[in-house]
Amino acid sequence: MTLIVNDLCVDHGAIRALDGVSMQVERGQLAAVIGANGAGKTTLLRTLSGLKSATSGSATWKDQNLLHSKPEKLVRFGVSHVSEGKSVIPELSVEENLNLGALWRRNAKESAETRVKIFETFPRLQERSAQLADTLSGGERQMLAIGRALMSKPDLLLLDEPSLGLAPLVIAQIFTSIRELTTQMGLTVVLVEQNAMSALEIADIGIVLNLGRVAAKGSAQSLIDNPQVRAAYLGY
Amino acid sequence: MIGIVLFLVGNRVDELRVYEGATLAMYVVAIASIILLTGYSGQVSLGHGALLAIGGYSAVLARNYWSLPIWLCFAVAVLTAAAAGAVLGTAAARLSGPYLAGTTLALAVGLPSIANQFSFLGGEQGLLFDVGVPPNSLGADFSPYKWYFWIAASAALVMVWWLQNILRSRYGRTWRAVRGDEIAAQLAGIHAGKSKALAFTVSSGVAGLAGALLAMTIGTVSPSAFPLTLSFSLLTGAVLSGVTTLPGVMIGAVTLVATPEIAGAISHRLGNSGGVTTNLPGLLVSALLILVVMLIPNGPVEQLRSVRVRRNANIHR
Amino acid sequence: MFTLINTILIGLTSGSVYALMAIALVLVWRSTRVVNFAQAGQALLSTYIGFECIGRFHSFWVALIVAMILGAAVSALIEVIFMRTLFKRNTGPIAGVAPIIATLGLLGIIRGGIGIFMGGKEAIIRPPLSNVGFTVAGHTLAFSPFKLVIVSAVLVMMIGLSVVFTKTNIGLALRASAYAPEIARLAGVKVDAIRTLGWSIAGAAGAAAGMLQTPNGTGALSPDSLEFSLLLVFGFIAAVIGGLESLIGAVIGGLLLGLVLAVVLMYVNATLLFVTAFVLLIVVLLVRPQGIMGKKAGRRA
Repeated sequence: MTLIVNDLCVDHGAIRALDGVSMQVERGQLAAVIGANGAGKTTLLRTLSGLKSATSGSATWKDQNLLHSKPEKLVRFGVSHVSEGKSVIPELSVEENLNLGALWRRNAKESAETRVKIFETFPRLQERSAQLADTLSGGERQMLAIGRALMSKPDLLLLDEPSLGLAPLVIAQIFTSIRELTTQMGLTVVLVEQNAMSALEIADIGIVLNLGRVAAKGSAQSLIDNPQVRAAYLGY
Repeated sequence: MIGIVLFLVGNRVDELRVYEGATLAMYVVAIASIILLTGYSGQVSLGHGALLAIGGYSAVLARNYWSLPIWLCFAVAVLTAAAAGAVLGTAAARLSGPYLAGTTLALAVGLPSIANQFSFLGGEQGLLFDVGVPPNSLGADFSPYKWYFWIAASAALVMVWWLQNILRSRYGRTWRAVRGDEIAAQLAGIHAGKSKALAFTVSSGVAGLAGALLAMTIGTVSPSAFPLTLSFSLLTGAVLSGVTTLPGVMIGAVTLVATPEIAGAISHRLGNSGGVTTNLPGLLVSALLILVVMLIPNGPVEQLRSVRVRRNANIHR
Repeated sequence: MFTLINTILIGLTSGSVYALMAIALVLVWRSTRVVNFAQAGQALLSTYIGFECIGRFHSFWVALIVAMILGAAVSALIEVIFMRTLFKRNTGPIAGVAPIIATLGLLGIIRGGIGIFMGGKEAIIRPPLSNVGFTVAGHTLAFSPFKLVIVSAVLVMMIGLSVVFTKTNIGLALRASAYAPEIARLAGVKVDAIRTLGWSIAGAAGAAAGMLQTPNGTGALSPDSLEFSLLLVFGFIAAVIGGLESLIGAVIGGLLLGLVLAVVLMYVNATLLFVTAFVLLIVVLLVRPQGIMGKKAGRRA
């Protein structure tokens, strides 16, 4: 059960967003994908989850091709994507947002159990379960988004910039939760982040994207120690 | 330039073509009004037929009650329609998408029937529009239809030229800014509501002129001259022309004039049954509308342009 | 006294039919964020189908059910064939309005098609139940068994649909697909299929509106009938009054519109009907654009 991406090329019209990206994430690992704005990180996730179609290359998970499938189908295959920015539906309540993730399972009992676990990890969501998602703070929304993704009981979790717009304390909380969940639920996670330091700190391996190409990859610690990576992305 | 061509054409062509030419000019003006409103200002009107009706009726009333010269009647048409547009536009400025569409649709459905209620509007029969004979200076065998064509064509030319200037000016830019992103435009200091209302007003005035031209060409105004299908046809013409660009306006106008002809030919082949003849033109226009909206939503002009852009981009690889 | 009662009854009955149309429009809006103007054309088509069925099966009720089923099917077809292609290729400056324009084109095609094939035929649908008013204390009320059926049908539909939308999983999927199709997809909802479902239900509602309204009015069916255009317009106005977001609102809007128009009809002047409706529309849009049941003032799209 490995995520194998091989020579992936993705175009936005005439612009090449990903150019020959190759990476490998073993089962149970948390991979941090870092890089500047426009490096192609979001495109990578969107291609893996079926929202964008690739031009060439391959991506497989559990020996199945991920490319050119509809997102709805990939969810049933165990791939959950929390997209950047707005991944909750403000017009629905917290509970409804969560239930949305489990609709396709059609198993009310199992869904209820999963919901209990999520409420344990994010007690704030339980407090506000009847409220409209609109009324939640940024951090709570992010928790809700992750919760919704987990309701689908994925084995591959794709997270796009969960720290966006959040205060440092909240970011720390969320990242701790992500690390715990990864270990507890045996998830394989691809975490895209601009907040490179926080991401690498909880990750097992790291990939640096620059202008659509892989600029560096290796264990998270090796990237933290790498002077060029430090200078470019970690600020020291 | 186009004027000279038209003049030459107008002299050599027979009555029917000249009549169609006048209709063509009318469509050009009408479609231009929609391009302004929808393409530039981003507001959808499903009821422009009603504005044409207002223009047409005002022109006729001005003629019949005050015996104004034709040019002045046209001016009345423009002003009345623009006034109506101002009222509608202020209300519409707060609307968007489906609300605006539905409201204008309601207008298109209901307005013609109002004519039935008030006797001075001529009821179902309508009123006659006597534009008068061409001036003697043009020669004895200058037929009335040629005269209409000339009036319509010159009016259309003037209007299109004026519109082109407006659209290139800061008004045009403002409209496009609001259409693109209303909030961003407001942040840039543009008063979105006023801008949209202004667009509506101008568009209505132009539509009013088209209505007056229509009245002139068919010689009467009546509720049946401005049916719901007219509004749809105009929209189709605009989409065909490329809703965001003025130059393509001829494409839409020509299609609208040609379609009844083509429909007539088809129904003739099929035996001329009543049902077919009345319904086929509308059917063809609607089918065309769907096809265009689905396949080339930006109109053929834009489509060609973007093909060129893509080709150039590929060369650079 | 009886004039007042009659006015109210007339208002409620015609209001119910407007409500049906409004329900159809709101359904499509809530599940796909498109206002389907072709609804009138679809209703017309379904009603014609119903008319043919009456001829075959000699039963209004069977015809009604068949019309609703076929209305749903036609609607689903339209969604699959036209709307899906449109949503995929929808880019450029007229992106917001392209679906609306497309539904207009559809309306034209349907009407034209019906005109060609059925134009000359005379089509009349008579009410299946007595449409003679009940008599109370010697006066005839403007309410008959048939009208009672109409009102009840609308109430049942409204309650049923509201329950489905708010309490069931399918309803959740429908709402999510409308508000945020991409997020719904990522949550595993088959958004395309759900959209088609929304349109089907709307198609059935529209068919019911057409089938019930025709015998209620003059009974005559024709492709250019102003009645159907008015039905669409009044249905739209009713939906706006109630708030495009809410099914309950659609019913309230419909009943309210029906009552107001009934008052105008009986106490003022029948010719001012359309003007009144239009003025009401403008007033609502200016004063309370989100409608009676609408929540957020800013939600215009």
